[in-house]
Amino acid sequence: MTETNNLDGFRTEVSDWVQANFPSTLKGLDIMSESPSTKGVGADFSAWQKKLGDKGWGTPTWPKEYGGAGLSDPEAKVIRQEIAKAGAFNPIPPMTGMGVTMVGPTILEYGTDEQKAKHLPGIASGEVRWCLGLSEPNAGSDLASLATKAVDEGDAFILNGQKIWTSGAHISHWCGAVVRTDPKAKKRDGISFVMLPMDQPGVETRPIKLIAGSSPFCETFFNDARAEKTDLLGDLNDGWSVVKRLLQHERQSQTSSPGAPKVDAEPLQEQAKRYVGTEEDGRLADPDLRLRLVRNLMDGEAHKLTVSRITAEARGKVNVSAAASILKNSMTRVAQTKAELTLEMMGHQGVGWEGNQFTDDELQSVRDWLFGKAMSIYGGSAEIQNNIISKNILGLPETTQQG
Amino acid sequence: MAALTEEQTLIKDQAASWASAETPVAKFRAMRNEGPEQAFAQPTWSAMVDMGWTGILVPEEYGGSDLGYLTFGIVLEELGKQLTASPLFASAYVGASALVLAGTDAHKSEYLPKIVDGSAIFTLAIDEGPRHTPLRTALKAEAKGDGYVLSGSKTLVLEGMAATHFIVAARSSGKAGDAAGLSLFIVPAETAGLSRTQMKTMDSRGYAEVQFESVEVPSSALMGPADQAGEVLDEILDRARAGLGAEMLGVGAQAFAMTLDYLKTRKQFGAVIGSFQALGHRAAELFAAMELARSCGEAALQEIDSQSNSVAKACSLSKAKVGDFMHEMSNQLIQIHGGIGMTDEFDAGLYLKRARLLEGLYGNPAYHRDRYARLLGF
Ligand SMILES: Cc1cc2nc3c(=O)[nH]c(=O)nc-3n(C[C@H](O)[C@H](O)[C@H](O)COP(=O)(O)OP(=O)(O)OC[C@H]3O[C@@H](n4cnc5c(N)ncnc54)[C@H](O)[C@@H]3O)c2cc1C
Repeated sequence: MTETNNLDGFRTEVSDWVQANFPSTLKGLDIMSESPSTKGVGADFSAWQKKLGDKGWGTPTWPKEYGGAGLSDPEAKVIRQEIAKAGAFNPIPPMTGMGVTMVGPTILEYGTDEQKAKHLPGIASGEVRWCLGLSEPNAGSDLASLATKAVDEGDAFILNGQKIWTSGAHISHWCGAVVRTDPKAKKRDGISFVMLPMDQPGVETRPIKLIAGSSPFCETFFNDARAEKTDLLGDLNDGWSVVKRLLQHERQSQTSSPGAPKVDAEPLQEQAKRYVGTEEDGRLADPDLRLRLVRNLMDGEAHKLTVSRITAEARGKVNVSAAASILKNSMTRVAQTKAELTLEMMGHQGVGWEGNQFTDDELQSVRDWLFGKAMSIYGGSAEIQNNIISKNILGLPETTQQG
Repeated sequence: MAALTEEQTLIKDQAASWASAETPVAKFRAMRNEGPEQAFAQPTWSAMVDMGWTGILVPEEYGGSDLGYLTFGIVLEELGKQLTASPLFASAYVGASALVLAGTDAHKSEYLPKIVDGSAIFTLAIDEGPRHTPLRTALKAEAKGDGYVLSGSKTLVLEGMAATHFIVAARSSGKAGDAAGLSLFIVPAETAGLSRTQMKTMDSRGYAEVQFESVEVPSSALMGPADQAGEVLDEILDRARAGLGAEMLGVGAQAFAMTLDYLKTRKQFGAVIGSFQALGHRAAELFAAMELARSCGEAALQEIDSQSNSVAKACSLSKAKVGDFMHEMSNQLIQIHGGIGMTDEFDAGLYLKRARLLEGLYGNPAYHRDRYARLLGF
């Protein structure tokens, strides 16, 4: 409670600042699905990004010298809450691809001072977009069997091989990649984590179209691509511990809600009343759907309460490792089920692909539902999370040779 | 598989080999990419006519073979496996059922031969809003002179863009929600006041929204006595549901086959992924669910063929159980394929999208659980 009181002054400061600086033209913009420039608010968006970045509030817990604000987790939470309350959003994480959520925290932990100074400010200001080259055609869940080769050529590593499902590779400036630096060592002992610029002759990307229609990820080819030795993150041949940590940050970033939830989004049950109709006493006219809807709402509550409980138990410091797998799977289940229920609720209006016969919300719901199927696949599939829980938390014997 | 007659086995084999050779899913994909309003290929449709499939439900006196519902279901299942697009279901299955059950002798002799030879494409125009609620039919039919005037609209009408004739459920008396007061009319597509708009759905088939603005039809367009179509409409819809059950079995069975194949070939951690017990058990559960769903799907068709008095229950059971299986199966099809399952280039997404459309047509599983409970009296 005392903590809360101490934060009150800070809360007022944040709230006043957001009021004064967030352009009202950006209110209601859904940055996950709408482009600011096509909506004619590109300049306002850039201005807001710059202001928030200058304050370090896009990455509030990062040290000031690297573009953050050096704040505590509770203070960062206040910033998130006040931004949401004002109908605003933090534009910086989505502008950086995997930068804010995964690459940045990993550089903070494993990077040299030079690496921090070189890479973090560009992420904190939202100017540098990062992608992650981990998966390969034959190394998905079994990431450690990756085959992309990196050969020592003096000042640099020369990379050859293929990555796949690289989100945002075609629009990214930098890539964090896991590569094999010692082909003779055991699978996990010969891997290193390197960082390389995407704009070079040795890197080629080919977008892959998704079932949802868009192409957010790519095949990425390295043909004598160059990664400077100074951009080796962590020790040579110790990339496995770097990437394990990175994946924990990925899970962590996925335990809260995917993307920024629309502040003014109408709750599902209210929409359901319109699509389905109600009985005289206000109950949804479809009793079967009603009970499944409420089950999903309760599952969502249970998820949120678990996040709060775990955070409280860790005294404000979120423990990235232990609970992340549980939370990732529960978040995924809640979101995917909600997407199914949304379509079911919309009935014949929940099957549209394009055209005026369907509203924008209806069409978006279909695309979101399809894209949401990926949640249980990326960042370690639902099955892999269960393997981690049974092995690392419950101490059951493992059935595959995995980490 | 139900114990099939020799003839049914022949038709099954014919349908399976024809569909995989002539209309493999790659053909559907190519058509989807072009996005034509009439969402099927003319040669596909002509071939179906030539093979006699359009006459399976039509009595011999009108040029059909009258082989029955299980036989038609066998064909629909095989087409479902390849996502073959055609007006076969809308016209020769639902349309023919409606004409046989509700049409006057004049209707039958005028239209059934045209359904059989493919020159007419019939479709049922029933739902008006986002949900399947036949009793809430509100499209108005007002008696005027020697005929009726129809006003209102219909949504998600199957093959609505290609149809030559609509069988329209209309309210000729009473109000939305009443069981009495429904009538069925046959309305040719070119009738003045009728207009249609393509609905672009995620399964890329040819649905339409159809508007009726003071559409005048003669009383000869009326199927059966006025105001009393409620019961026969239910019988028509039940046949439609059983047919969808058969197609859904096909979609689900193919999704299962693709998944099983992947479980046996994709390697991670130095082993085929099917060797991981979590996935092995999931495949076992899905297989069991498919077997149970198949029993329900086939039973519905057989009950219709034997004119039993529990057709309604059997059809709701089919639509609910096969629907639930296919729903889970289509999700697992993506999940077990991992990243590849999410790509448009791979076929999984096509099956998932088709699955959700089929699941919702003529009542989703929740609708049919509710209806089943009502039929049991609780
Ligand atoms: C939208 C999207 C974005 C992505 N973005 C990126 C990115 O930016 N960078 C990147 O490097 N990768 C990215 N990925 C790739 C993602 O990490 C992989 O898809 C994931 O690791 C699974 O690998 P896979 O696709 O090869 O599936 P596989 O590993 O082949 O798995 C197939 C199925 O087998 C199951 N399975 C595998 N092993 C086991 C086991 N031991 N026990 C039980 N079940 C098992 C899986 O859970 C899955 O259901 C992305 C994927 C998607 C869908």
